[in-house]
Amino acid sequence: MALTLYGTTVRSRLLLGTARYPSPLDLSAAVRQSGTEIVTVSLRRETAGSRTGGTFFELIRELGVHVLPNTAGCHTVSEAVLTAKMARDLFRTNWIKLELIGHQDTLQPDVFQLVEAARLLSDDGFEVFPYTTDDLVVGERLLRAGCQVLMPWCAPIGSAMGPQNILALRSMRAEFPEVPLIVDAGMGRPSHATTVMELGYDAVLLNTAVSGAGDTATMARAFALAIEAGKLGHDAGLLEPRDMAVPSTPLIGKGVFA
Amino acid sequence: MKVIVNGEALVIASTNLADLLQELDYEGEWLATAVNAELIHREERGTLKLKPDDRIEILSPRQGG
Repeated sequence: MALTLYGTTVRSRLLLGTARYPSPLDLSAAVRQSGTEIVTVSLRRETAGSRTGGTFFELIRELGVHVLPNTAGCHTVSEAVLTAKMARDLFRTNWIKLELIGHQDTLQPDVFQLVEAARLLSDDGFEVFPYTTDDLVVGERLLRAGCQVLMPWCAPIGSAMGPQNILALRSMRAEFPEVPLIVDAGMGRPSHATTVMELGYDAVLLNTAVSGAGDTATMARAFALAIEAGKLGHDAGLLEPRDMAVPSTPLIGKGVFA
Repeated sequence: MKVIVNGEALVIASTNLADLLQELDYEGEWLATAVNAELIHREERGTLKLKPDDRIEILSPRQGG
């Protein structure tokens, strides 16, 4: 059941964002309850005289999880590449969750710049986790650029809509059977996570669905269980739907009363 | 000299990046720095000579999704 990403093996198939929790304590509890081994973080301007970043990161270090820095908010290749380099310098990891936003309202990735940035970063030794769409051609280009993981959205970031295009997600799984596929963004309910795991996805990355819940720690646990259930269901062999009923109780040996 | 630090115009006395961090009271090991859109590694800050109108970014870890 373990998952290997760029040579690092983890047991949990939930990657959890660290933003928008009601408090640092809620964040810690959610991470612990979820059992996640990978959390995402960002880089932002530090205020002179404060230790805001250091205080936050001490909390993350205490949790003993892998850190996946992101390039959230970047709109150009140069911006994303520099942010990635600063993240590597700070966090001492080659991992980077590459986000290049192309549309302000939907936060849809700019896949053209994404491929270019992925190539530059991969050539520079980064291990890129690209936030992408469910487009097969873009996926292929990202792999050619050096990515060994793909992270398609299933709906716009923070929308909580859940999987909007099952056919596309299914096609992506079929097209890239050996590539770790992580659904990133758009989930709202644990059942959304189960759905994509039943499609054969390797993991789920989410944030707002947990941090925006009434009880963040319990929701984190719910997603962890939902992901595990979906994975087990997929691996066990799911029954395909049929148009007509099929009796589950055998008719042979039924009593004849007339 | 006048430089831009995190988008704000400041007049500083320091001539290198390490001294600037101290002058402006940036503390701790969890900082990443760039000057004119070039990453400046921690160990390069002491030798990085600042020039007027340099654009300096000082970032640190934050919550992210």
